[in-house]
Amino acid sequence: MSRRVMTIALIAAIVIIIAGVYIAGAAMNDASADFSQKSLSPSWEHPFGTDLLGRDMLTRTIKGLSLSLFVGLTASGVSAIIALIIGVCAAFGRGVIDHFVNWLIDLTMGIPHTLLVILISIAAGRGWRGLLIGIIFTHWTGLARIIRGEVLQIRSNHYIAAARKFGRSGWWIMSRHIVPHMLPQFFIGLILMFPHAIMHESGLTFLGFGMPPEQPAIGIILSEAMRYLSSGMWWLAIFPGLALVIMVVLIDKLGECVKLLLDPVSAQE
Amino acid sequence: MLLEAKNIRFGYNKSKLVLDGVSLSVDAGERVALVGPSGCGKSTLSQILAGYMKPDSGAVLFDGKPLPKRGYCPVQLIYQHPEKAINPRWKLRDTLTEAWNPNAEFLDEMGIAPEWLDRYPTELSGGELQRFCVARALGPQTRFVIADEMSTMLDVITQAQIWELTLKTAERRNLGILAVTHSLELAERICNRVALFGDLR
Repeated sequence: MSRRVMTIALIAAIVIIIAGVYIAGAAMNDASADFSQKSLSPSWEHPFGTDLLGRDMLTRTIKGLSLSLFVGLTASGVSAIIALIIGVCAAFGRGVIDHFVNWLIDLTMGIPHTLLVILISIAAGRGWRGLLIGIIFTHWTGLARIIRGEVLQIRSNHYIAAARKFGRSGWWIMSRHIVPHMLPQFFIGLILMFPHAIMHESGLTFLGFGMPPEQPAIGIILSEAMRYLSSGMWWLAIFPGLALVIMVVLIDKLGECVKLLLDPVSAQE
Repeated sequence: MLLEAKNIRFGYNKSKLVLDGVSLSVDAGERVALVGPSGCGKSTLSQILAGYMKPDSGAVLFDGKPLPKRGYCPVQLIYQHPEKAINPRWKLRDTLTEAWNPNAEFLDEMGIAPEWLDRYPTELSGGELQRFCVARALGPQTRFVIADEMSTMLDVITQAQIWELTLKTAERRNLGILAVTHSLELAERICNRVALFGDLR
């Protein structure tokens, strides 16, 4: 099997796993409390154990992951679109707009990430909406910078200058010549932004600034679990934490694979 | 005069001028060669004449007026490297029709096979791509062609073919041509006037 085929197979497998977790989580009912089953360590019946209210931790974990995936996908999707628009504008606007965008990127990047997400999410009314807005407005910077540089490079090509001399408008050049060149960067950036968004969502929720406690988010599960770690209930933290890490690693791997396929240097190997 | 350069000065940095007071004029139907050593400013001058760059001082006049800033430019430039002048992600049909819609007869005359239109630039050779660049630049609104080392990268046979195609169209439509080249032999062969540039002046 060539590397190309293997990479495509790997991408398909990862997409199926992620979609499976998401759909399973969305379709499941919330884990119901059952006090006869409380605080059980992992067994065949409850692979991830149960918590103090007797809820099955596997169900809670999948539900939590599903919610995280949704938040992550929405936040990184919107953030990537912002990055695309801002990056292209900066490269096209030159002068004042470019300076302003660069200043904005430096400003956003200069403030510690977690702190900025917390501030924005509180200002935007907390809850999942505040969290979404917080993540959206902090994650676009890196990708915007990459896209700006790439557009500047493409702009300097002869075929762009020639198109202008054939009487083509700036809009035509942007939509037909430049944006199609940006799409691979855009998708890779989007996928690689995804795990970041999920980690920030969970991190913030863990710290108590994110999802409301009644939501079955992974961050909520982890922060609850912290309280019972000292009483020996290790399964409350280990399994959900591990599941989150695996999810993030899988998505990151997905991004690397897509990059391998789309990057012209490695695409034909 | 169709295309005139009047006392053009240009420098990539302030201290050193590449072009210092260059004047040149070419009439419709005239074929002028610009010959000179590397780095003497031939390409810079052709880019200024085609309106790609602004001179520091002096003026470029087309039919007595400055070149249009928007819309189709009647002065078209053909580059030395066709692969850089064509979007690598586009099929060649799109590249061609970006400029104008040539009919099958014209393409045949240009030596462009119909099946090339559905290929990507990486699937054709430099000479084949250059035919597209020439065909693309010869739209009905084009009245002047600047060929910046258009055939330097090509082998002798392709070079001869490309020039023949260009000259045939130019003659029929009474286009003005400015051919930038290193080679005095080529210049004398294809042009009716040779302008020596740089140290040869």
